[in-house]
Amino acid sequence: MMTKELKSTSAGQGCLNVLLRSRESNLVLLIAVMTALTTSLNPRFISPQSLKDLMLNVSIIALLVLGQTVIIVMRQIDLSISSIVGITAFLSGTLFINHPGIPGVVVVLIAILAGLLLGAVNATLIAWGSIPALITTLGTLYIFRGANYAWVHGRQVNAVNVPSSFLTIGTSTFAGIPLLTWIVLSLLAVFAIGLRHYIVGREFYAIGSNPNAAVLAGINVRRRLAIGFLISGAIAGLAGALWLARFGTVDATAAEGIELTVITSTVVGGVAITGGVGTVVGAVLGALLLSVFSSTLVFLRVPSFWQQAFQGAMLLLAIAADAYLAHRHALRLRVKWSRV
Amino acid sequence: MSQSQPSTRRLARRISWETILALLVFIAVGGGMLLNKDFLTVENWSNLLANFVEIALMALPLSLIVITSEIDLSVASMLGLSSSLLGLLWEYKLAMPLGILICLVVGALCGALNGFLIVRFRLPSLAVTIGTLALFRGFAYIVLGDKAVADFPTEYTDFGIGTVPYTFIPSPFVLFIVLAAIFWVLLHHTTIGRSIYATGGNQTAARFSGVNISRLKMLLFIASGVISALAGIVFTFRFSSSRADNGTGFELSAIAAVFLGGVTVQGGKGTVTGVVLSLLLIGIINNVLTLADVASEILRIVTGTLLIISILLPNLIASAQERLRLIQRQRELAKLGSLSATK
Repeated sequence: MMTKELKSTSAGQGCLNVLLRSRESNLVLLIAVMTALTTSLNPRFISPQSLKDLMLNVSIIALLVLGQTVIIVMRQIDLSISSIVGITAFLSGTLFINHPGIPGVVVVLIAILAGLLLGAVNATLIAWGSIPALITTLGTLYIFRGANYAWVHGRQVNAVNVPSSFLTIGTSTFAGIPLLTWIVLSLLAVFAIGLRHYIVGREFYAIGSNPNAAVLAGINVRRRLAIGFLISGAIAGLAGALWLARFGTVDATAAEGIELTVITSTVVGGVAITGGVGTVVGAVLGALLLSVFSSTLVFLRVPSFWQQAFQGAMLLLAIAADAYLAHRHALRLRVKWSRV
Repeated sequence: MSQSQPSTRRLARRISWETILALLVFIAVGGGMLLNKDFLTVENWSNLLANFVEIALMALPLSLIVITSEIDLSVASMLGLSSSLLGLLWEYKLAMPLGILICLVVGALCGALNGFLIVRFRLPSLAVTIGTLALFRGFAYIVLGDKAVADFPTEYTDFGIGTVPYTFIPSPFVLFIVLAAIFWVLLHHTTIGRSIYATGGNQTAARFSGVNISRLKMLLFIASGVISALAGIVFTFRFSSSRADNGTGFELSAIAAVFLGGVTVQGGKGTVTGVVLSLLLIGIINNVLTLADVASEILRIVTGTLLIISILLPNLIASAQERLRLIQRQRELAKLGSLSATK
């Protein structure tokens, strides 16, 4: 009863406050401001071609961000995704070379399966070997990449080896939006609903906000952790197949280092590295912000060497902002409860 | 029967991780001798020691940081930044000693930034140092771009590739010996060392017993920055090359060495001796594999696997012990139950 009254009195104000305070709306605002500023300096920034490039650039990162969000929400981390993308991208290419005429769908499914298997390695070590996710995935980041180098052995998959019907996934558009982006958007919807409205999703958040309490609440934490890393692996496998469709050329170094971009996007998007907080929509907006930011740098003719430093600085800023917000929230809660 | 069990358990407890590592080192040396007759030559050992000197240097402060249950993933990026900066300063015709000094100071500043964010804002060191891993590597690219500087003066590159007169010990390795001795004394024979263990064991208890945790962690991260910068300088002279991507991925080997050395993830445990032994073990394994013409990508797999095993193995042993203890307790309870039943 009391809570209802409290809510109804401050409902109007609350809505506005929530809108102003939510990470998503802030991100949209930031993206809009950045786009407007860059466009005023260089009108070509919002030409259809550069918008399409922007969407294509952000798509694969945004896809990986979905899996990483599930992981970070549980207070874990997955550094090995870039190596999984590298392996599955080359795997997809060799499938096309060794089995001419193989349907693209089968290749994508095999890539997802391979990603799932590699994710299972992480899942087993973390959930049942009780090794911290950071250590495990740092190890598998190098193990998978090393295996990839040993397997590829200086070879390369070129666009001529890949059927053009598969390559069109990475270039064609539907209703003005690239097909790749449609794939990501539909998965985003699935993840957003799954994390918000389904028990599995809520349990991910519960584990992240307080692992001990989650155990006491009867959640099978080990199994949930394993599922998270399986999801992350499968997503990375899909991203590998799409990587081939997008770029056509794949060698042993494919996707090296993108785990930093993905983690930065996720954290900038409001998924706190301390777990339990954040949404996939925010995380994907974070990826969009980072992508807009880096094309802004290109349009302003900033040397590309500055990109990585900016990315690191943004990650640090986002972590600091999250910690500050959490601190303020805790203070406000303390004041509120002291009144009650 | 009941006598022998506790004594074997006591023996098991007395066999420390360091002893096991020392045994493994002996086995690795033996295996190396059997596999390759070039293994035990003076030149090869000179090579072996020189090849892991940068990682060994970075592993020293890193192990202290991990004992306080923090982590520093940015060490390899600080190495790269220091190497690039040294190249740039040399290109600008700055006197080499001054350049070295500036690199060390920049390393200290990088470490201080890590420490500041972790201590002042209470941010998780894992997240912060992933950020600075990108940031410092980014700085290295800003400093040097995709250029490479190679024309370093011979007196410095001679130090990089030379050996101590009349021995096979590479000159840069002397730096490691000195620093390892300093860190050994620091960790095992000073109050700072005791407070490092206390902080890792129970941070709250350490704070209440008067340990200035903030200052301690700050100092450790600064030490990590300075020594990583030193490792960058050594790397530059050893290969006579300064590039922005120098030492990419070295953090894996350093972290693997620390955990294999018996430092636990939860903190509060580990010794300098253990870390030095594990460095030696990793160095020997890498050397034997290189002599056997194993490709460098396989070395990456081996290092990654060692890292995972070094944590998986103690975990498995601990859970097996726990299960054994449970079974024993159940048996004792059953015995007590049967005793009271007969009464």
